[in-house]
Amino acid sequence: MGLQGWRNVLALKTSKNNNRAAWQRAFPVPLSHSQITRLYSRFHSLDKGENGALSREDFQRIPELAINPLGDRIINAFFPEGEDQANFRGFMRTLAHFRPVEDNEKNKDLTSGEPLNSRTNKLLFAFRLYDLDRDDKISRDELLQVLRMMVGVNISDEQLGSIADRTIQEADTNGDMCISFSEFIKVLEKVDVEQKMSIRFLH
Amino acid sequence: MESYLFPFDSLICMLLGISFTVWFTLLLVFIIVPAIFGVSFGIRRLYMKSLIKLFEWATLRMDNGETLKRIIAKEPVSLEQEIQDMRRGGAEPEFDMSDIFYFCRRGVESIVDDEVTKRFTAEELESWNLLTRSNYNFHHISTRLTALWGVGVLIRYGFLLPLRVTLAFTGVGLLVVLTSIVGLFPNGRMKNYLSDKVHLMCYRICVRALTAIITYHDSENKPKNGGICVANHTSPIDVIILASDGCYAMVGQVHGGLMGVIQRAMVKACPHIWFERSEVKDRHLVAKRLSDHVADKSKLPILIFPEGTCINNTSVMMFKKGSFEIGCTVYPVAIKYDPRFGDAFWNSSKFGMVNYLLHMMSSWAIVCSVWYLPPMSRMEGEDAVQFANRVKAAIARKGGLADLLWDGGLKRGKVKEVFKEEQQKLYSKVLVGSSEDGSSS
Repeated sequence: MGLQGWRNVLALKTSKNNNRAAWQRAFPVPLSHSQITRLYSRFHSLDKGENGALSREDFQRIPELAINPLGDRIINAFFPEGEDQANFRGFMRTLAHFRPVEDNEKNKDLTSGEPLNSRTNKLLFAFRLYDLDRDDKISRDELLQVLRMMVGVNISDEQLGSIADRTIQEADTNGDMCISFSEFIKVLEKVDVEQKMSIRFLH
Repeated sequence: MESYLFPFDSLICMLLGISFTVWFTLLLVFIIVPAIFGVSFGIRRLYMKSLIKLFEWATLRMDNGETLKRIIAKEPVSLEQEIQDMRRGGAEPEFDMSDIFYFCRRGVESIVDDEVTKRFTAEELESWNLLTRSNYNFHHISTRLTALWGVGVLIRYGFLLPLRVTLAFTGVGLLVVLTSIVGLFPNGRMKNYLSDKVHLMCYRICVRALTAIITYHDSENKPKNGGICVANHTSPIDVIILASDGCYAMVGQVHGGLMGVIQRAMVKACPHIWFERSEVKDRHLVAKRLSDHVADKSKLPILIFPEGTCINNTSVMMFKKGSFEIGCTVYPVAIKYDPRFGDAFWNSSKFGMVNYLLHMMSSWAIVCSVWYLPPMSRMEGEDAVQFANRVKAAIARKGGLADLLWDGGLKRGKVKEVFKEEQQKLYSKVLVGSSEDGSSS
């Protein structure tokens, strides 16, 4: 691991309380010291090029991710618009969406606006998986493409097309044949998003 | 100027001469002679016990509030169940925009912690064994501990390493020389007997060269002639560990250099199976040579590592089916290293062989347990892959290792597309149900 990287980790481990607050302001994720350290070591073990940032190939080296039908879309979520490298902060930001929602979030006064792991932000993460061109709407084409990724060659084009049409019909309320984010939220209002889109971090 | 040095010169020479003689005598008496006869003074076990006490003391002093358990808890829920749970009321399977959540969560879980990539790096330890190479969080905790570590470095590099290197050279040298001599004998019982003794002796010296403390369990199941011995693979040292307790025919590629010299010498004394690089690709040729060897009951059992690559001793990965197609008795062996004393795993993408051996010889010790499992044969109606998986499960169970279906080849290569297609097929089934309405292209 790079020297600066380890300096960061050591600063984290030996920080006193006031430093810890500063550290957590810099990192928008209220995880414990040990969790952040573990994630840093995971980040480092994925970073085969040892240049402090992950490329798409680094993610694809994880076999369980490579066989996930939506693997490429998930990997894309870690890379900001137009960039090819994900640094540790970006890595943590994206993972932060998957923290379970707790009632007494202490970080409400640390970050401005909603925490990354709120229900709305989790739904936004999922919405962006569908929204291939990042224009804040899911068109029929985009829906078809994502469906095709999920089913492979096992379903015919016509059937897939009718599934897509049906889905858009059910969700679309303003008649523009696309699903906007607010329509997306409405469609999924009864789903337990907090539980389905959370990872249980230990200790 | 030089006249002043003369008396010192001869004094130094004398001192050097005496210390060398003492050194070699001690070496001979305490290490080489017992190795020849296969007895042990118990020095290594005593050493091991004192090291354990030391490590426990060192661990107490460290701030190890962060125990190295898993970072996330994964729910082992299947795709169908999850999607069923998420269906909003309606019973008929139909696409729902929330289906994506399952794949999403699974994907991100695998990014945070997956089962495969961590098998190709050294295992993390809960306690510290005073080797900085195995402690990623090392920083200054107390002067006493750092001093202890410093003393450890001196002992390991100043005393243990030269001792072990000397022994290693002796062992390998004797192997080459003695097997060549045995090779001059005419084929027969005498030659086999001598070759066995020579091999055992030299491997025992090599075992001492690594300060390997090995416990063999269930020796009544030791492999016999006309069979194949399979074991899980962690490092090249596995060969030395197994071969110092029994005689095997080795299988491998022909190398150049020092390895080639050793290989050529060994094959003079007893028939090992060395393949040319070009022959390795030809699976039929390989299978034929192995079957011929196995059919001859006077030849030693073959030693094979079906994983094909080194895994870090926390799991057993997919066994290649080649050796299980031959149709003879298979003798499984489980090898488990104790990582507290020195990590035996060879990360071949990170370290070369020489670097690895240096690490091995400057660790405290190599402590491992070997279990000989009862022999297995292929059952009626079982194909080679199922047989391989059965043997693998038995080895994993005995050694306390995780049994994985993933291919060890993932260390270097990409995962096959067919696994992704399986996932897609599974999801399609859920989507359109198994009714006749589901038309697949």
